[in-house]
Amino acid sequence: MVRLRAVPRRGQNRGRLSAAAVISDRRLEREAAKRRQERRSQGIAAASTIIVLGGLAAWILSSPGWPEVRELFFNWEVFKEAFPEVLDGFWLDVKLFVLVEIAVLILGLAIALIRTSRGAALFPLRLLAAVWVDLFRGIPTILLVYLVGFGVPALRLSGLPTDPVVLGGIALGLSYSAYVAEVYRAGIRSVHRGQRDAALAVGLTETQTMRHVILPQAIRRVVPPLLNDFVALQKDVALVSILGPLEAFRLAQIFQGETFNYTPLIAAALLYLAVTVPLARLVDRMGGAPGEVR
Amino acid sequence: MAAPVLELRGVTKAFGERQVLRGIDLTVTEHEAIALIGASGSGKSTLLRCIDLLEEIDDGDVLLDGEVITDPSVDPVAVRRRLGLVFQAYNLFPHLTALQNVVLGEMRAHGVSRAEAEESGRALLARFGLAGREDDRPDNLSGGQQQRVAIARAFSGRPRALLLDEVTSALDPELVGEVLAAVRDLKGEGLTMVIATHEMSFAREVADEVAFLHEGRIVEAGPPAKVLGEPERPETRRFLSRLLEAGRI
Ligand SMILES: Nc1ncnc2c1ncn2[C@@H]1O[C@H](COP(=O)(O)OP(=O)(O)O)[C@@H](O)[C@H]1O
Ligand SMILES: [Mg+2]
Repeated sequence: MVRLRAVPRRGQNRGRLSAAAVISDRRLEREAAKRRQERRSQGIAAASTIIVLGGLAAWILSSPGWPEVRELFFNWEVFKEAFPEVLDGFWLDVKLFVLVEIAVLILGLAIALIRTSRGAALFPLRLLAAVWVDLFRGIPTILLVYLVGFGVPALRLSGLPTDPVVLGGIALGLSYSAYVAEVYRAGIRSVHRGQRDAALAVGLTETQTMRHVILPQAIRRVVPPLLNDFVALQKDVALVSILGPLEAFRLAQIFQGETFNYTPLIAAALLYLAVTVPLARLVDRMGGAPGEVR
Repeated sequence: MAAPVLELRGVTKAFGERQVLRGIDLTVTEHEAIALIGASGSGKSTLLRCIDLLEEIDDGDVLLDGEVITDPSVDPVAVRRRLGLVFQAYNLFPHLTALQNVVLGEMRAHGVSRAEAEESGRALLARFGLAGREDDRPDNLSGGQQQRVAIARAFSGRPRALLLDEVTSALDPELVGEVLAAVRDLKGEGLTMVIATHEMSFAREVADEVAFLHEGRIVEAGPPAKVLGEPERPETRRFLSRLLEAGRI
């Protein structure tokens, strides 16, 4: 939106002074036209939004099944009862999300550094890192949750965790560390090779070059894709419910079983949205195209 | 005669099938500036990169202060700390300010304290006409300013020899002078230099010797007046007349 600064008028001299001192009539005209155009396109956008959303709402509300759907999914009484309990469970999701995210950021970076390392001595580690990424990125996360969550306790080895929350967190960590490692690696590879040359030329070691020159540039570039993976992980935390811990989705399911009403699931969905939408807006702000909704 | 700082003996280098250096012999004595001239693609950059151990040579030796540095047992990091290299495309660190670019090597490679490194870094930037630009990032600086920061960065470790790779080739014509002034300044203090360049008048002015690189060999070398004024070899003559036609002399 263009806003004009108030320009002091100079009486009869207007238009004769240099263009820098006074805004010419021609320019004022052009800017007024631009504002009119802008107002018109905003009006069109608003009108089309109202028509589309209103039409959609009318279509759904007039559907033959709507009264039942409203009763089953949007029951205020059930919502009021379910929400506090689901919210209680949601803190577990948030905690798990934060812990797994931190672990994944560190582990992913370590894997990326190993994969981009050069020395011959690190070859076995490089191979291991490559296998790790292929394996855990290639298996659906839900399957990993099953395999780790039910497989590890079945081994009945002492010393291994048996808490389903921990096991679920490990499964998510395996899956997401593979994704995040590839994001870091792409960032590292995107830094121009002249940067490495210059760092070595001033006498830095390979490690110092990575630490002081390559990584700072790489990480800046991968913040948006990393945030994207944050959003995905925040949602996938619900997969841990398979193993039984009383997190938001699981509690909503239990509630739903008791009341034969789906409103608790809506309550859970709203809670996930409360975290993922701000995260998604942050992603847009950091890398989105202009003109999109921010 | 002064002791040689740099000595190349029969240096060869190939990239795959492509033989770029076919046996380079070159001696750079203390305080001497050698201008390396030759057509684009003749191997000037490769030669400088081989000296700074950014490329591994195939055969021959490079000696720094009499010590063979191209031996596999030599730590390349220690060697690079004794040399400076300025790149054609500046290669400044874009996430660091001008001053941080200059002090990074000092602090991390030479173990100088931050305070000390910043003090000498500021003095160096001021010397190259960059006082007041210490906290600017490279993308806020003109090409000429960036290249002067790069020269300050390469010189900050007080190298035994400074290698300059066509430091004005990426610049708009009106910015060439300020960068050449910085090089002239360093020559004035007696710094040993190898200068790959297309600026023949500058080579004539600042170099003690000009070496003409052609098809992987130095086919002619000698005082600037001789090599640039009365070249003996037909290859040199052809190269110089092509530059003349292009208005580069
Ligand atoms: N890393 C590399 N890999 C393959 N070929 C290269 C590489 N670097 C340089 N070359 C080739 O070596 C030759 C000499 O290049 P260069 O040293 O850059 O010449 P100059 O600096 O004189 O223009 C060119 O043919 C170039 O394509
Ligand atoms: Mg070159």
